[in-house]
Amino acid sequence: MRRGKYPFIIGFLVVPVALYVTFVVAAYVQTFQLAFTDWSGLGPITYVGFDNFVTMWNDSLFWRSIQHNLFVLLVLPILTIALALVFAFLLNVGGGHKGGTTRGVWGSKLYRVIFFFPQLLALAIVAVIFGRVYSPDDSGLINGLLPAGTEPILFLADGNLALISIVAVLIWQSVGFYVVLFSAGMGSISPEIYEAAAIDGANRITLFFRITVPLLWQTIQVAWVYLGIAAFDCFALVNIMSVERGGPDGATSVLSMMIYRNAFEFSQAGYASALGVSLFILTLAFAALTLRVTRRDAVEM
Amino acid sequence: MSEIFARPEVDRRTLLRRAAAVGLLATPAASLLSACVGGGEEKTQDQAEGTKSATNPLGVDAKAPLEVIIFNGGLGSKYATDVHIPSYKKSFPTAEVKFSETQEIGKVVQPRINAGDPPDMVNNAGAGLMDMAAIVKAGQAQDLTDLFAAPSLDIPGKTVKDTLVPGAYEQGLFDGKPFVLNYAFTVYGLWYNKALFTKNNWTLPKTWSEFTTLLGTIKAAGITPFAYPGANAPYYMYLAILTSAAKIGGTELLKALDENADGAWEAEPIKQAAAAWAEIGAKYSDKKFKGLKHTEIQLQQNQDKVAFYPCGSWLENEQAKDTPKGFEYAVIPIPSVTGSDKLPQTAIYAAAGEMYYASSKGKNPRGGMEYLRHMLSKEGAAGFTKLTKVLTVVQGAADGLTISPGLTSGNELLKGAGKDFFGYRWPDLYKKLDVEVQAATNQLMYDGGTADQFVTRIAKAAKAV
Repeated sequence: MRRGKYPFIIGFLVVPVALYVTFVVAAYVQTFQLAFTDWSGLGPITYVGFDNFVTMWNDSLFWRSIQHNLFVLLVLPILTIALALVFAFLLNVGGGHKGGTTRGVWGSKLYRVIFFFPQLLALAIVAVIFGRVYSPDDSGLINGLLPAGTEPILFLADGNLALISIVAVLIWQSVGFYVVLFSAGMGSISPEIYEAAAIDGANRITLFFRITVPLLWQTIQVAWVYLGIAAFDCFALVNIMSVERGGPDGATSVLSMMIYRNAFEFSQAGYASALGVSLFILTLAFAALTLRVTRRDAVEM
Repeated sequence: MSEIFARPEVDRRTLLRRAAAVGLLATPAASLLSACVGGGEEKTQDQAEGTKSATNPLGVDAKAPLEVIIFNGGLGSKYATDVHIPSYKKSFPTAEVKFSETQEIGKVVQPRINAGDPPDMVNNAGAGLMDMAAIVKAGQAQDLTDLFAAPSLDIPGKTVKDTLVPGAYEQGLFDGKPFVLNYAFTVYGLWYNKALFTKNNWTLPKTWSEFTTLLGTIKAAGITPFAYPGANAPYYMYLAILTSAAKIGGTELLKALDENADGAWEAEPIKQAAAAWAEIGAKYSDKKFKGLKHTEIQLQQNQDKVAFYPCGSWLENEQAKDTPKGFEYAVIPIPSVTGSDKLPQTAIYAAAGEMYYASSKGKNPRGGMEYLRHMLSKEGAAGFTKLTKVLTVVQGAADGLTISPGLTSGNELLKGAGKDFFGYRWPDLYKKLDVEVQAATNQLMYDGGTADQFVTRIAKAAKAV
């Protein structure tokens, strides 16, 4: 039997690996190659060495975009994970324990559905809906609710508010998924542990910080990496929601938006590839860093 | 004009798909790194050719199939299927014409160019259009010299070039050679609801002080006097600013912008125009419009909540579905800023737009050119105007057509201007500068910016081009 092991494994792997190489690896390699050219997206190409990277270094919009990406990288995971943990805790354990089992707060089954709902909507639809919610005149959901005569809030048209407004939508949309993820994690924590802690006189807050968070640490870590990668993207929301696509005046520009515009609007596929390379390196660095920093011995159960 | 027809709303998946498509096509699987990206190799294709004759001056092969692809946006595609293709088929009944339409022309055509199999006639328009200069540079567009020198299809005694309005031919030149036909002729001005103005007895302004006085009256009536879409089309506004500048100081300054000459943006008339318009933005508009899209503001105008709207003549057709009964589109030239403007008050911005080109590396480049000749026939042009309510570059083709109030008003605007119409090309030539000018325009009009800030900021970006 053992002799047939390798053909068997290879047989399983050939198709996915081939697909992966063609559609992912090849595209990456191509991007790295194109980053050193001035290809417009059409026709012949010439190699220009590091010119694109020099341009990038001197491009103030590039640095602003990185700043915005880093801002999202900080805010999105922290708030999403915090909210998701609190909600998941309330849904699963928050109701205290009775008759030997821990329960969620009253109505938690309904909340679970509600929290998960935004996750079912395509991001593009979410963006369009929130475009209406944020609309700067009376037709906007929020501005329409303000009493007549008050100055409307220019959520997306005000450079100071625009990025925060978009990040808020991103958080709204992602929380549901992580509530479910953390709920699953909490479900696997044995109720005896909670019971024992409760007998020792732990209140809900102590339970949360001393029991739930440590036992969920690995799940949180995974969530952090996922959200971090999402933070490097945010293309769909910025492209659809923002004023002037990445504006006002560059206030919501992110790397992915810059890549798109350079590649498909400004006919600078070479420069766009260079930006893509920088995004690739940033994302990779982030993932490696997160895994290293959050390395902490998992609590044995 | 074309940019506004469809707002790109691309989700990440589409982007990825597109990026993957580009990557894939650019990657002949054989050797990754040594492969030549994007069809750098010359592929010689068998190209159809027939014998030239008086009725077939371009030497089209009567049997060769022709493939046409049309951008389906604000103009629709009915004009192609109902007018131009039947016209072509009438001359070449045995030719098969393959028609397709798309809302994302670049996504469909660019991969086919890179694969060496482009459609014969491409309507390069819409938000997802391809950079025309890049196409020409890559040798993908057919030199149209023969087309313009050929006799017109149904206007006797004239070459195709003779039948065009002044400036239309020049608009398609790249390094002195014509590579693209700009077919639609768009006139720009301030659009308003004639019925509303008649009802209120508002007289149309000719001078700047008449303009501001009227805007004051309109504001007092509880209507926003003026607005433009800051969210996605600030270029409507900078077009108005530069129109004013050209009227103050003459059209040479627009040429300087096209050439990106030193100090072109710091010309005094541009500053004057920016200052005059900044006042309108501060006093007679509202910064909330910075966050609204063209469709939203146009709807507000249809509801008589906005009085004047700077736009091109596609507006009426674009709003056709939403325009309520009794709303009558009309347009006026932008009022003169000073009493000593170089150009008369009737001068307007008017330009050929909406690009059509024949693929030089397709299977039937001659057929592609011939198709353009059919578009430029009087019948073809009139048919286009009837279906789209947009004028074409064929002189006088729309005369005598009564189709809609807006079109009539636009035609009158053009007649009133006589020879005093002008345009520029710099946004197509320097796309990144265009982005900067749009941002600067929003700052000037909606964020209380000054003319000096406006000019300095753009001049700095223009230097970096």
